Amino acid sequence: MGYQAAVPELYVSGAALGALAVAAAVATLVRGPALAFVYPLSALAAFALGAVDLHALLGGGEWVARLPIGLPGVGLHLRLDALSAFFGIVINGGVLAASVYGMGLDRAKELTPRVEPLFPLFAAAMNLVLIADDAYAFLFSWELMSLASWALVVARHTDPESRRAGYLYLIMAAIGTSALLFAFGGLAGPAGGYGFDTIRAHPPGPLVAALVLAAGLVGCGSKGGLIPLHAWLPLAHPAAPSHVSALMSGVMTKVAIYGFVRIAFDLLGPPAWWWALPPIVLGAVTAVLGLLYAVFDRDLKRVLAYSTIENVGVIFVALGLALAFRANGQEAAAAVAMAAALLHVLNHSWFKSLLFLGAGAVLHATGRRDLEGLGGLIHRMPRTAAFFLVGALAISALPPLNGFVSEWLLFQAVIAAPALPQAALHFASPAIGAMLALAAALAAACFVRVYGIAFLGRPRSVEAARAHEVPMAQQIAMGGLALLCIAGGLFGSVLAAMIAPVLRDLVDSVLPNSGSGPTAFSLIAFDPERSIYDAPVIAFFVAIASLTTLLVVHRLSARRTRLGPAWDCGFPDPSPATQYTASSFAQPLRRVYGAVVFAARETVVMPAPGDARPAQFSVVLVDYAWRVLYAAPSRAVLRLSERLNALQFLSIRRYLVLMFAALVILLSIAVVAI
Amino acid sequence: MTGDLLVQFLAQGAQMFMVLLIAPLAVGVVRRVKARLMRRQGAPLLQGYRDLAKLLRKESVIAENASWLFRSAPSLIFALTWVAAALVPSFASGLMFNWAADVVALVALLGAARALLALAGMDVGTSFGGIGSSREMMIATLAEPAMMLIVLTLAIAAGTTRLAGVADFFIAEPLAVRVSLGLSLVALIIVALAENARIPVDNPVTHLELTMVHEAMILEYSGRHLALIEAASYLKLVLYLSLLICLFAPFGMAPANAGVGGWAIGLLAWSAKLLAGAALLGVWEVSIAKMRVFRLPDFVGIAFVFGFLAILLAFLSRGAFE
Repeated sequence: MGYQAAVPELYVSGAALGALAVAAAVATLVRGPALAFVYPLSALAAFALGAVDLHALLGGGEWVARLPIGLPGVGLHLRLDALSAFFGIVINGGVLAASVYGMGLDRAKELTPRVEPLFPLFAAAMNLVLIADDAYAFLFSWELMSLASWALVVARHTDPESRRAGYLYLIMAAIGTSALLFAFGGLAGPAGGYGFDTIRAHPPGPLVAALVLAAGLVGCGSKGGLIPLHAWLPLAHPAAPSHVSALMSGVMTKVAIYGFVRIAFDLLGPPAWWWALPPIVLGAVTAVLGLLYAVFDRDLKRVLAYSTIENVGVIFVALGLALAFRANGQEAAAAVAMAAALLHVLNHSWFKSLLFLGAGAVLHATGRRDLEGLGGLIHRMPRTAAFFLVGALAISALPPLNGFVSEWLLFQAVIAAPALPQAALHFASPAIGAMLALAAALAAACFVRVYGIAFLGRPRSVEAARAHEVPMAQQIAMGGLALLCIAGGLFGSVLAAMIAPVLRDLVDSVLPNSGSGPTAFSLIAFDPERSIYDAPVIAFFVAIASLTTLLVVHRLSARRTRLGPAWDCGFPDPSPATQYTASSFAQPLRRVYGAVVFAARETVVMPAPGDARPAQFSVVLVDYAWRVLYAAPSRAVLRLSERLNALQFLSIRRYLVLMFAALVILLSIAVVAI
Repeated sequence: MTGDLLVQFLAQGAQMFMVLLIAPLAVGVVRRVKARLMRRQGAPLLQGYRDLAKLLRKESVIAENASWLFRSAPSLIFALTWVAAALVPSFASGLMFNWAADVVALVALLGAARALLALAGMDVGTSFGGIGSSREMMIATLAEPAMMLIVLTLAIAAGTTRLAGVADFFIAEPLAVRVSLGLSLVALIIVALAENARIPVDNPVTHLELTMVHEAMILEYSGRHLALIEAASYLKLVLYLSLLICLFAPFGMAPANAGVGGWAIGLLAWSAKLLAGAALLGVWEVSIAKMRVFRLPDFVGIAFVFGFLAILLAFLSRGAFE
């Protein structure tokens, strides 16, 4: 489709982006309840942008525009291809849900001029990253996205935790962007062609490609939370207001993944097989460690943020496998791995947004995010509890929900790996499979714990006992996402067919048409003889089995039900403190995994008989990643800057000597280089 | 085609009915063998059916603060386990579920049932429910990945993840003795013991709090709800026994398109092997002691390590996917 046909769509996109910008500008001028206009307008703009993206993805259009702003002589290149359109759908779906949720915010208390102007700016910046078609536009919108989200993180700047999170985020975002700067510098080459079409036409040599890949992995990995670049994420994502947390975790990490896919699959040219190793290894480590962090944490929003790290790791594993298969010319397997990655991007954006909005609802209703103070919310907030349950089961990759669809595809890709010729991948792939399986099981444990402690049982605090259901708009936002999780699980094959243009662009192959399977909704990997997952048939049989069971039991059983006190082996204790807590639930897991990974130590101080003091129990977990990679370098930087401080107090002669020495060194470098 | 589909549907329905029918008998055999080996008289073989009938007739006492999750979980757990049990080829391999779900989905369906059970255990907010759920999920984080590795190994060997395809592969090559399959067998047995709350992982006959895992989770259930959960655990035992039979002792199983005669032979062979497996389980249970809870990670961890070694060997020997 040519440039001419694209005009109406471009108008719609431009108008929507303009509306977001205007919303941001106007919101800086008004105060109080007037700020409420931001969310309906953002929802409308996100809907329009998402509709254009969907149209582009299904219609197979590819639209380019060149505006005379930006760098002189380069201009601003914009392009919407299948990949951008797919990620656009992901982003705008999240923005739409967060905006609808925002409409339910309390006008008197929760609308602040620190959040509302930045929300549409953040949304617009993420959209711009996707359609940027030159390095300058990409980096500019990437930075805009980082800064807008940073400002949202420090919106509650009176809280020292928020300030610390914001500080760390700013540093990590700066490191990430400078890495991307290097990546695009390498891609542009000495000729300095910064347009993506120029880069595509001249792929770099193997050495430069390796450096670009490493820089891209650092740049995009730090934004997505790849371990060891993750430390800022579990602090920053929860610090923002909940609907912004949903955007950051559910959606902004996907922009990071988009950046990596754009660089590794599009701009860098044909891959070498060993490109697969760094994303696979880092992704697998991230997947397992992310969940181990999550399963021991007691803050509801931080658990969700750690689980985001895990899911980003899973997506990177899938991307790495896709690179390996593509490098070896195994397009069918590459399509399976790539479909797993892309569907997981979509699925994770749905259930993670849902869970963060649910956490926001809990925070709104109780004012608490620590799991130890929650409990029994299923009685006080029945709808939120039902929606959160869907999200928790979906993220645990349980059928027939959507998380399982991408998980299934990923395991299909793993067992296709023996066909790869490289020995390194033969050794790596089983380990990857084991770690993915471990991550899936840990995810179930993690979310059973979160849901069981927060929503089930008896309330552990007065606030939890007085919780109330959230406003309708917020229920609609969560309910819509929960529906998507269910529909995406049942009709994963439809989604797989939808992303076919992206797969064709990236790996030159698509999943088999579901029509070649036994029913219209079979998800097929490779061919129908090899692997099929037919969610509607399974769901149908489970439904039939449940209904039959209910009917038979209804006919046969006594049908009498009596309410009574809890049995609890005959000694029920009315105090809610006798329930299992989040910490005690995690204790067996801590014994198994914590001792190895976090050097977990438990100390019990038991007073002597007759001593009236209470017994004390404490647990120490050591975060090695933080200690080695963050605390140590920051101490070194501090010490170095103290030393360099002396440079401020030299005499003028010494300054002149220093300048002269610098000049001599630079000149000698120039001479050697020439 | 439609007639064929109808026959498939009926055969699949027959299998669903069969596993349900034989499950209490299998449990009865385990109990009976254990009792006789301990020189007790033991309950009659049909006690499982009587237990279920008794529980169905009794009223269900539910804690005052139980939620809808607590009430709806039993039938969902039962349905999920039932469908999962019906996925495993028992007397014939070419049935309808042949194509609807594969080994990965089988593991995940059982995972869904377990997650629901663990959630239901925490619903009333008692300390016992929490103990059970927490330990169950800890064991699951070791047993489920082990199970996944086993089924992936089998899938690599057979060149398909469809269970019926895997079964056909093992029927065609019953003597395909490979190191990776041997390791898988040991790992699968350990996983089966852990998943079915059998000695040495858990003891299905005690209510002693230090050893309780499964029993602690379902402590608050009674009446028809308990009947469904008990039936689900019976079905799970049949599932794992059928899985072991279909993978490592598939002789007699009717291959795809075997017809009614083949199915009848397959049915007899499967029932005999199933009851023999149940008897072996009884012998195993009286000859070993229950482990402490915190030694379990070592035991179930063996399954994980064996599963990993098996898939590593399968990769290095470059399976049938080429």
